[in-house]
Amino acid sequence: MKALILVPALLATQLLATPARATTAAEQLAGYARESGVAADPARGQALFTQGQGREWSCASCHTSHPTAEGQHASTGKRIAPLAPAAHAQRFTDAAKTEKWFRRNCSDVLGRSCTTGEKADVLAWLLSFGR
Amino acid sequence: MRRIRSTLRAVTGVLLAALLLPAQADSTGPRLSLLPKYEQECAACHIAYPPGMLPAASWQGLMGRLERHYGTDASLDAASVREIAQWLDRHAGTYQRVVETPPDHRITRSAWFLRKHRADEVPPELWRHPAVKSAANCAACHTQAAQGRFNERDIHLPR
Repeated sequence: MKALILVPALLATQLLATPARATTAAEQLAGYARESGVAADPARGQALFTQGQGREWSCASCHTSHPTAEGQHASTGKRIAPLAPAAHAQRFTDAAKTEKWFRRNCSDVLGRSCTTGEKADVLAWLLSFGR
Repeated sequence: MRRIRSTLRAVTGVLLAALLLPAQADSTGPRLSLLPKYEQECAACHIAYPPGMLPAASWQGLMGRLERHYGTDASLDAASVREIAQWLDRHAGTYQRVVETPPDHRITRSAWFLRKHRADEVPPELWRHPAVKSAANCAACHTQAAQGRFNERDIHLPR
């Protein structure tokens, strides 16, 4: 009988472990744009994402130039789920995760942090793919 | 009513077994379920390498420089680094052959790895296959690598 109680308890623990700062891609875009003080530009985001920045990798090296498609890690070959929220609903639903990946990947691609304006541009482009 | 209850109990037993079943089993160490944080953070970019494949000193070495992680920035918040590092330390390889710290803390440069992937076992051109790309991509040939299983029967070479 104890086992009967244990299962729902285990499941409840799983459910409660959801991220504390749940958000949406649109909310994060608005936040970045507000912080930068400049309107986000999807075309600028696309250029930043798809063009090389003078280093070994661009964003597209792993994510491809089609963010609704699946990508592949440029060095390990691991599959990467599509980046556009239209193709993968969990994308950009956790602000801390968004910041973590911008931090790491801007460092790899640009050798520096991205500005809030650049983050807004990239998000605007990713959100331009219709649901 | 009693029958329903016993059926329920059986179903629950199966469910529980599935929940508690080790997520990992490999030929280099005991069965081990992965720390969820390890899987979430590390297995985003590569398979969850079994902790037993490197000695504790190597795990400490690479966890201490995540912002320079084999050509990429894999930096993490301090609490996650601590949690993962402690778990890796606890489950690091203790077998004779894993005790030695490989160059650059790379599993793929360990003596046992090189021996098992000698040219007569793995032809050099296979490493350059587009589906392989890198020796770090265990899953290209070891189909159950993500589950920590590296048995011979699970090997399937890409064509």
